[in-house]
Amino acid sequence: MKNEPNTHEDIKAIRKLMEESTRFLSLSGLSGVIAGVTALAGALLAWLFIDQTWSLAGVALIVLVISLSSAYFLSLKKARRDKKHFWTPVSRKMLLNLFIPLVTGGVLALIFLLQGNLQMVMPVFLIFYGLALVNASKFTLGEIFFLGLFEIVTGLIVTIFPNLWLIGWSVGFGLLHIVYGLVMYGKYGK
Amino acid sequence: MKDLIANLNKIFESRVRLGIMSVLTVNETYDFNSLKETLDLTDGNLASHLKALEKEGMIVVEKQFIDRKPNTSYSVTEKGRTAFSEHLSALENLIREP
Repeated sequence: MKNEPNTHEDIKAIRKLMEESTRFLSLSGLSGVIAGVTALAGALLAWLFIDQTWSLAGVALIVLVISLSSAYFLSLKKARRDKKHFWTPVSRKMLLNLFIPLVTGGVLALIFLLQGNLQMVMPVFLIFYGLALVNASKFTLGEIFFLGLFEIVTGLIVTIFPNLWLIGWSVGFGLLHIVYGLVMYGKYGK
Repeated sequence: MKDLIANLNKIFESRVRLGIMSVLTVNETYDFNSLKETLDLTDGNLASHLKALEKEGMIVVEKQFIDRKPNTSYSVTEKGRTAFSEHLSALENLIREP
């Protein structure tokens, strides 16, 4: 049986290729923490501007841009460090599956905002973001699935109790991201 | 012992071909350049193994133009899927055998 070590190596290589070509594994946990802290700072700012709808929208947009860019750059860095490719068919699939519900939710929230239906804005953001994560989770680490579920639940609670929107923001985009980020950081490194 | 080896398919003996089949069985299609990056191979090396697998009817090639650039993508055939899965079972049996 002198073939045996080779066979072992072959099977290991096969498993690795199957996993890596169907799942994007370079998501950065640290970027989750950064997104969470940014969202909490944003929530504090939002509390100061509580009656100015467009300032609130501006704050939300800034939080979004910081979160997305930190996720992008830190994941890119992680991929480089692990000597993995960042831009692969699976990462493209993941982004497509993430952005379809995310953009839909963004447009819907904007429509509600323009119609003056303000109490629907935060629930729509949370629910569609959650759906986007659940959808993208098929192509990345499984923890994203649960993060998505929690976002959806938070969104539904805010739909029932619209006055809790700022708490929904802090929990959904702040607390959940920090917890998720720390879990990922502990499990897979930054 | 003889039975075990009988199920190993000669066409999959190279590591590169195992790699190609692994990626293609879990993805609907995969393009040449992404395959090259994933498996970390040179153009010529990858192309020759792809050609061999194609000749055996394990994979099919689809050539098309995306933004006027030629794009070649590959997918596994039913025959290829069955053959590869039998080959994998044979490999696993080989390991399990004391």
